[in-house]
Amino acid sequence: MDRTLADVADASDGRLLEIAEVTGSGAASRRLREIGFCTGAPVRFIRRAPLGDPAMYELRGALLSLRRSEARRIRVHRAGA
Amino acid sequence: MTTLVRLRPTAPARRPGRIAILGAPNSGKTTLFNALTGHRAKAGNYPGVTVDRREGDLQRRFGADDVRLIDLPGVYSLQPQSEDETVAVRVLEGGFGEPAPDGVVVVVDATTIERGLPLLAEAAALGLPVCVALTMIDELKARRGEIDPAELQQELGVPVVGVVGNRGLGIDDLGALVSAPWDWAGSSSLSRGAEAKAPEDRFAWGRSVLAACRRQAPEPNRWTRRLDRFLLHPVIGSAVFLTFVAFFFQAIFTWATPAMDFLSGLMDGLADQILAALPDTAVTRLLADGVIRGVGAVIVFLPQIVLLFTVILFLEACGYMARAAFVVDRVMGWVGLEGRCFIALLSSYACAVPGIMATRTIPSPRDRLTTILVAPFATCSARLPVYLLLIAAFIPADPVLGPFTWQGLTLMGLYFLGTGVALLSAAVFKRGLLRGASLPFYLELPPYRLPRPSDIALGVWDRAKLFLRRAGTIILAVSVVLWFLLNLPRRPADPELSVAENQRLVLEGSYAASAGRLLEPVFAPMDFDWRINVGLVASQAAREVMVATLAQIYAQEGQDEEGLGVLLSGSGEGGSAPLLSRASALALLVYFAFAMQCMSTLAVIRRETGGWRWPAFTFVYMNGLAWLSAWLTFVLASAAGA
Repeated sequence: MDRTLADVADASDGRLLEIAEVTGSGAASRRLREIGFCTGAPVRFIRRAPLGDPAMYELRGALLSLRRSEARRIRVHRAGA
Repeated sequence: MTTLVRLRPTAPARRPGRIAILGAPNSGKTTLFNALTGHRAKAGNYPGVTVDRREGDLQRRFGADDVRLIDLPGVYSLQPQSEDETVAVRVLEGGFGEPAPDGVVVVVDATTIERGLPLLAEAAALGLPVCVALTMIDELKARRGEIDPAELQQELGVPVVGVVGNRGLGIDDLGALVSAPWDWAGSSSLSRGAEAKAPEDRFAWGRSVLAACRRQAPEPNRWTRRLDRFLLHPVIGSAVFLTFVAFFFQAIFTWATPAMDFLSGLMDGLADQILAALPDTAVTRLLADGVIRGVGAVIVFLPQIVLLFTVILFLEACGYMARAAFVVDRVMGWVGLEGRCFIALLSSYACAVPGIMATRTIPSPRDRLTTILVAPFATCSARLPVYLLLIAAFIPADPVLGPFTWQGLTLMGLYFLGTGVALLSAAVFKRGLLRGASLPFYLELPPYRLPRPSDIALGVWDRAKLFLRRAGTIILAVSVVLWFLLNLPRRPADPELSVAENQRLVLEGSYAASAGRLLEPVFAPMDFDWRINVGLVASQAAREVMVATLAQIYAQEGQDEEGLGVLLSGSGEGGSAPLLSRASALALLVYFAFAMQCMSTLAVIRRETGGWRWPAFTFVYMNGLAWLSAWLTFVLASAAGA
């Protein structure tokens, strides 16, 4: 079953995931897709900031940080599932 | 390294005149630009917007004269959402009253090439000739990744040059490339990328290009992972962050001070020498006290600006600045700002001028403006002399608890007051005036890298120059105007009286004194008399001028600052009446904590926001808040019997 990237940060399982969908159609969602969070892209949770938010993800060879509120827009499932 | 085959020659070939350099933040764009121009950039602003403009001429040794390079702001995409992106797109499309560039060098970080190719597709879609500079290929190899620029060139149909900006490898190839006529149309593959509309399609295109090139993706950067485990650890990471803040404060308050004292001493000495050497006329005094001391008021900021930006640019280039923003983002999020605003606010404790200049790293225009508007509340070093004078005179030195005295606690309280009001105002602005849909927060955490000293030096030099040129001229003008206000109309010196007495008489009859008397009804509720008001008028040049002006206005033989405090509080042995009640003194302290009394800050706000609207707003709201709070303090303190 799909979860969002924000839930993954809670589970902190470090597994490779695949983006199922970026929900919403506004400028914010478009920007997330432009920086590489698009359907089919592999993504991995790396760590949370010392205060719990935001969190760091590995995406297309780079380290990117998103807040929980943005990570909630990104639905993911296990890679290859 | 790369054979520069002429692909698809088309006639007639144009000689390039202007070449734009486009790339994502952290792609190595600036290092490349500096290497191509030989570290000679002209910094400025695009008209009507606050984005930095950097241009420079290609070094002659590459074979062509008059090739102008334009360093575009770092962008991830050409779908404009932020101001940086809007500017990049406008330049590429031929905006700002200039023709479109003759070609675009797209800078792509080889270690994250998958993220860079979509930008190339977008640039190609504009129809301009493009070529690719593939940076960080040494890092790619070190992490066992592989890509052959020649293969990529074959696939894309445009020249691809592998460069290592830090060691100058490939720079000659790239220089020769941008010197030569541009006539590359690109392959059918590149046009497929250019036709892609959705971001997904551009990324998919990029992956297909890389698949055709037998590219080997790099392994994760071990050093960065290892350092992050330590620097972002919940406990150790927080400790490192707090150490970083303490280090920053230390740099501001102790390391810059000797240079600042030296410069202000130098300018004071120069002014004194002029006064001694030239006949005592109004022109001499204007030159010494107005111009020379005015210039002094400007350059005294330089050591702090240079030091702060050296630290900021160094930490930015080595990768820790993004981590600091990552660590503190949650706290800043409580007041509606984000991690990157923190650095600017922190710098403002030295001086709001470099703090406001440091807001350029904040991508969201609303967050940036909010930070600019609240930064002047931070307790800058110019407030300290006034605080120290008033606290020493009016607050008892009695111990409260352990090593703490009322004086120490008051000073600490004033720091907390400034910080609290800054954060509170930010929250108010973000919920009211500057509310609106914002860009999603995202922050790229670049790998840790050793910065190139010349890039940092150049960045610091750019900012110092901008400060001197834009803010400096206004500060100087204001200093001269204030000198006139404090010294006119002229009055013949009375030989019977001492120099100090004569100066006091000139000041008492000056236009500034008239202004002080005019302001009496405004400040009467706090019981400030006209002499305090003159100090407030004079402190518009710079807050610390308050102390010198009060000393001048209460001038007596052998008067020093300690004596001034005694005189103000009436605590002298002669039992003279206090010139200021304790309630008024507290009100004055609060007034200084909140008021916008700094022309340099207003000048920088004007420069950074591109007009007088926001500096005028800052002036009104801060001074309004200062008056209200001072009045409230006076009422409460009077009621408490202070």
